[in-house]
Amino acid sequence: MEDISHLKHTPLRALHLSLGARMVPFAGYEMPVQYPDGVMKEHLHTRNAAGLFDVSHMGQVIVRPKSGKIEDAALALEKLVPVDVLGLGEGRQRYAIFTNAEGGILDDLMIANRGDHLFLVVNAACKDADFEHLQKGLSDTCEVTMLEDRALIALQGPRAEAVLGELWADVSAMRFMDVAEADLHDVTCIISRSGYTGEDGFEISIPTASAADVTQRLLEHPDVKPIGLGARDSLRLEAGLCLYGNDIDTTTTPVEGAIEWAMQKARRAGGAREGGFPGAERILGQFADGATRRRVGLKPEGRAPVRGGANLFADTEGKTLVGKVTSGGFGPTVDGPVAMGYVDTTHTDNGTTVYAEVRGKYLPVAVAALPFVKQTYKR
Amino acid sequence: MLKFTDEHEWLKVEAGVATVGITEHAAGQLGDLVFVELPETGSTFAKGDTAATVESVKAASDVYCPLDGEIVEVNQAIVDDPSLVNSDPQGAAWFFKLKLADPNAADALLDEAAYKELVA
Repeated sequence: MEDISHLKHTPLRALHLSLGARMVPFAGYEMPVQYPDGVMKEHLHTRNAAGLFDVSHMGQVIVRPKSGKIEDAALALEKLVPVDVLGLGEGRQRYAIFTNAEGGILDDLMIANRGDHLFLVVNAACKDADFEHLQKGLSDTCEVTMLEDRALIALQGPRAEAVLGELWADVSAMRFMDVAEADLHDVTCIISRSGYTGEDGFEISIPTASAADVTQRLLEHPDVKPIGLGARDSLRLEAGLCLYGNDIDTTTTPVEGAIEWAMQKARRAGGAREGGFPGAERILGQFADGATRRRVGLKPEGRAPVRGGANLFADTEGKTLVGKVTSGGFGPTVDGPVAMGYVDTTHTDNGTTVYAEVRGKYLPVAVAALPFVKQTYKR
Repeated sequence: MLKFTDEHEWLKVEAGVATVGITEHAAGQLGDLVFVELPETGSTFAKGDTAATVESVKAASDVYCPLDGEIVEVNQAIVDDPSLVNSDPQGAAWFFKLKLADPNAADALLDEAAYKELVA
């Protein structure tokens, strides 16, 4: 067995162990990869009822403007992200990316406007670097604080709204990407209607001292089961959502990564605040002229899963390399293999057949529209 | 004669032919299987060669050939329904039958008590 004694723990570790979780190292944390039900059942339960995820390893960061004016924090942050932060209304959240000078992606994150400050959620593996990046870029105008005293959980699936409503908080008025404060079991939490599964659901930031208690009470609801990292990955893959480090990274631009939708008009060419973020020249250039490759959905035609790292060829002999799989596995809801990856822009049309190299064979894979499973966000 | 390897395969040897599968312990560790690839009948393998592949939702894993030999039969049932490996790994979900190059080679493998100690 791998020695995991050096790893950090989330406030919910004891709860995971009591539920029979199998713990693995992930981004420096000891995290539950699955519970006794297993990945398949956990995945399907999330799509059919409600799944509860511990995502406390992720970084929760507050950006508070020294002037007291939220516009100042928004404009400061816009120097690091190609996203319209100024136009983000109070109580709203938006997906964003940190870019580097080459137009690559340093991390992806969520930004919420909480009235007098911005609330950011960043990836666990990047959170220390992100924090430094934010301090360096924003410390003139903002106070940047990493919250060390809060857990983060996600409740995802068609029963999530009803479960929260039955237990404590009427969240039915919230729309996708709304953020609000609400009391769960007399604990003030920050709730956003968002997630990483393609399902309607909520992400809930809880003070550490109350995290296990609130989580345990949610798990007592018959519709709620704990879900590990294994199903988290298959759920997000079916939903067509990127995993930072696999599907997007410092070598991929937002245009190549097919996440142009994350860049609002205000930051594009001709917009009110065009450019002004790291890598703007390259990224806006690709907006105008296109890139040479693009992230696409990939649907293997047989039953064999095609995993991240597999090379993609135009032919069945492995002669003409046209791309690479970045994430792939089995989609329990699709009931078949699903993948995504990068292909040359000559091969991005839906239905184009490419061939994935798997154990010395070249398996046919169709370029397919993402997501594989219809998203059920409450817009 | 029932034997085991430290790579978590079981072998039932009858008249120089070993029926080979993966152990209950291995099936439990792998989780829900969604894909199985078996060798071709007539192919030969040395001990330790990758003879089959199993895939769960999360990952692919190799199944090694436990001894030198020739594949004389494979179990199409687990290709058609990989979940059989999870429900009956040491029974209906055998992988392949291996004609042993040396019929006595299995003697040196683990017996059931030794294997149980290994995974305890």
